[in-house]
Amino acid sequence: MATIIVVTSGKGGVGKTTTSAAFAMGLALRGHRTAIIDFDVGLRNLDLIMGCERRVVYDFVNVINGEANLNQALIKDKRVDELYILPASQTRNKDALTSEGVNKVLSELFERGFEYIVCDSPAGIEHGAFIALYFADEALIVTNPEVSSVRDSDRILGILASKSRRAENGAEPIKEHLLVTRYDPSRVNSGDMLAMEDITDILGIPILGVIPECPSVLQASNSGVPVILEDSSRAGQAYTDIVGRFLGENLPHRFTTPEKRGFLKRLFR
Amino acid sequence: MRLLEYFRSSRRNTAAVAKERLQIVIAHERSEGSGRGYIQRLLPKLEQEILQVIRKYFQIEENQVTLQVEREGDYEVLELNVTLPD
Ligand SMILES: Nc1ncnc2c1ncn2[C@@H]1O[C@H](COP(=O)(O)OP(=O)(O)OP(=O)(O)O)[C@@H](O)[C@H]1O
Ligand SMILES: [Mg+2]
Repeated sequence: MATIIVVTSGKGGVGKTTTSAAFAMGLALRGHRTAIIDFDVGLRNLDLIMGCERRVVYDFVNVINGEANLNQALIKDKRVDELYILPASQTRNKDALTSEGVNKVLSELFERGFEYIVCDSPAGIEHGAFIALYFADEALIVTNPEVSSVRDSDRILGILASKSRRAENGAEPIKEHLLVTRYDPSRVNSGDMLAMEDITDILGIPILGVIPECPSVLQASNSGVPVILEDSSRAGQAYTDIVGRFLGENLPHRFTTPEKRGFLKRLFR
Repeated sequence: MRLLEYFRSSRRNTAAVAKERLQIVIAHERSEGSGRGYIQRLLPKLEQEILQVIRKYFQIEENQVTLQVEREGDYEVLELNVTLPD
């Protein structure tokens, strides 16, 4: 049985797509058969972050509408076995994602032996975000250390607990994981950024990991490489830890204290 | 010097201010809007704690305590069922 994981946030631009790409790639690197679905219909971007934009022929909505089969639409990643991308449609709107249609695609992925299905949610709390989280078993709540993002994450937690399939069927609730991204430990130290402990306190869910603010994220996105493949980058390493913890490893948090600046760095700060 | 400290300390506090404001606004939003979801989330823990209390008086198994939220009109009704041993 596959595990469906939604990457969600409420607020836009906090790092959902960056996280979805890194997380799915990380699972595949560990040998797990993983599919990643872009639910941001109309604003397709996962293809760019994954570096497969020129290989998109058919998309998620085509499959739902029976205009293509899943085989034709799934794009196999060229860097790692076991990773497949299902791109969003660029020309439709989010209403094209019917719950029967999405359910059908998910069941087909189950039948093909996928272990993990990562759903990259659009921002907001409208239909697109609802349908992305509806079928989830687990959720990564991507939150920036900033008031509006934390508040919006709380809204999403309410929706996960009340509007998801699991909630409607009275099944075990969706397992929630907090992921704090764009974290700047030096600003936390100087008191002008919420600390990871503050955010877990407020939201009351367990933290899976912290991704530091890191220039490699932009560089990796420029070249269509999920940042987890940049082994030497802090964000890449933090995402690797997150995948490890998700798979049950007990790893301490890294990059949560200010970096020691070398003499030259301090000089040119 | 004093002035400098003043600015420093007021800056130092913004994260704490953010936390306090968030706790207030979120508590408020939880208690109205999306209430049901939050009740559902609390159930497993509440069930465990109720079980512990009842176990002080009776020997019962985990499945002898059930908690449910039912919607009746505008209200959420929390239903607690405890099956006691014979
Ligand atoms: N850890 C990080 N450090 C630096 N920049 C980051 C980090 N994470 C994300 N970003 C940047 O933030 C921006 C938004 O990221 P991303 O597209 O992943 O967010 P999103 O939540 O998917 O946005 P949307 O809501 O529009 O779908 C991008 O420019 C990305 O490069
Ligand atoms: Mg996105």
